[in-house]
Amino acid sequence: MTAFAALFWRDLRLVLRRPGDVVVVLAFFVVATTLFPLGIGPEQNLLARIAGGVLWAAALFAALLSLERLFASDYDDGALDLLLLAPGALELAALAKCAAHWIVTGLPLALLAPLLGVTFGLDGRSLAAVALTLLVGTPTLSMIGGLAAALTLGARRSGALLALLALPLCVPTLIFGTGAIEAVATGEGFTVHIAILAALALMALATLPWAMAAALRQAGE
Amino acid sequence: MATLHFLANPARFRRFAQRVLPALSVATALAVAVGLYWALVIAPPDYQQGETVRIMFIHVPAATVAMGGYILLAVLGASLLVWRHPLAALMARATAPVGATFTAVGLITGSLWGRPMWGTYWVWDARLTSFLLLFFLFLGHIALSRAYDDPDRGDRAASILALVGAINVPVIKFSVDWWNTLHQPASIMRLGGPTIDPTILYPLLWMMFTFALLFVLLVLLRTDTEIDRRRLEAAELAA
Repeated sequence: MTAFAALFWRDLRLVLRRPGDVVVVLAFFVVATTLFPLGIGPEQNLLARIAGGVLWAAALFAALLSLERLFASDYDDGALDLLLLAPGALELAALAKCAAHWIVTGLPLALLAPLLGVTFGLDGRSLAAVALTLLVGTPTLSMIGGLAAALTLGARRSGALLALLALPLCVPTLIFGTGAIEAVATGEGFTVHIAILAALALMALATLPWAMAAALRQAGE
Repeated sequence: MATLHFLANPARFRRFAQRVLPALSVATALAVAVGLYWALVIAPPDYQQGETVRIMFIHVPAATVAMGGYILLAVLGASLLVWRHPLAALMARATAPVGATFTAVGLITGSLWGRPMWGTYWVWDARLTSFLLLFFLFLGHIALSRAYDDPDRGDRAASILALVGAINVPVIKFSVDWWNTLHQPASIMRLGGPTIDPTILYPLLWMMFTFALLFVLLVLLRTDTEIDRRRLEAAELAA
């Protein structure tokens, strides 16, 4: 567990020393989201209807954009070889890196999304739903993306490949995330959607660290 | 299991394949001829759908075999990761493009069938979406296994992906039960027996058998070719 905490803080410190990396991801999120009102036109009803899907899809792209470097920098400078040799469980190490990734991308995206939702004309309950679904759903995206990042270490065109592998696996999370926002807009409760999102996150937590560790081991061979 | 381990040796597999392939080719050709005549000429038109029901004889077998193909891909991935069977990697490489093609056939025929029956080529319901994801998973497998300079790396990475993506197969199967879909619910593999009239059910089952034969034939043929290709590469390196 101490190894987990040590790796987690190390990754956070690395990001805090270069906060630009996080800012770029958030800026991408804002720019990508603002393209939709510009492209579709300023009609409020239409924008409020598509806001949930737009925010979720843009958050997904933003999270993927930052994932390419999740293991790649460790792979390039040899830190990954040390992690492979370290006595602790590699599954926990992979999870620690995903957790740190979530703190610096998933969490800020979930906090920023309601602000953007205001510009789409969402009401208070929908804004809360946007934030809550992203809070519960983005850990899953971090883990799925982490697996894709581990699988594509050292591959040709790894960035595009990462998106091709991760996006299909992220679709269930996206569907239930936007479904919850839609349910709130139509006056239904969104407890079921949040529960399914949480179930997806737990399922990812129970399986993906092992898949990530397996992928990292074969990358290190 | 014993046969599985026995065939894991590429040279042994090759002797096996070359004994089986000629007979299997003839059998598949005959099955296709019989099946097409049965499905397109003898089988009666549906009382509601008319002649368009004949699309089913291609659509259902292609989709079923595509899902079976993904299960095969996951099993091959597991046997590569667990036992490091050299043949599993070669066969997975051979399987993924065939599976992707069958999935594409399922998607295209379904779309052509949807136009006259549902009035639209495509809807975003759970069955169609999860089946489209199956296609993307096959594409991801193909891309990942060929993305490395060292083919072994690609094979192992792709086998992890195949295992993780296997979660999609039960989702496809049960999507028509879990969600309200435009796609009709299961009518063959269901509790209480099939709900299709025997005059249509039997040619359909025959076509499923035919497509399975065709799939196995293509996979064996491509695996055999893959072994040849590896030998050529090895010979070129040695020369």
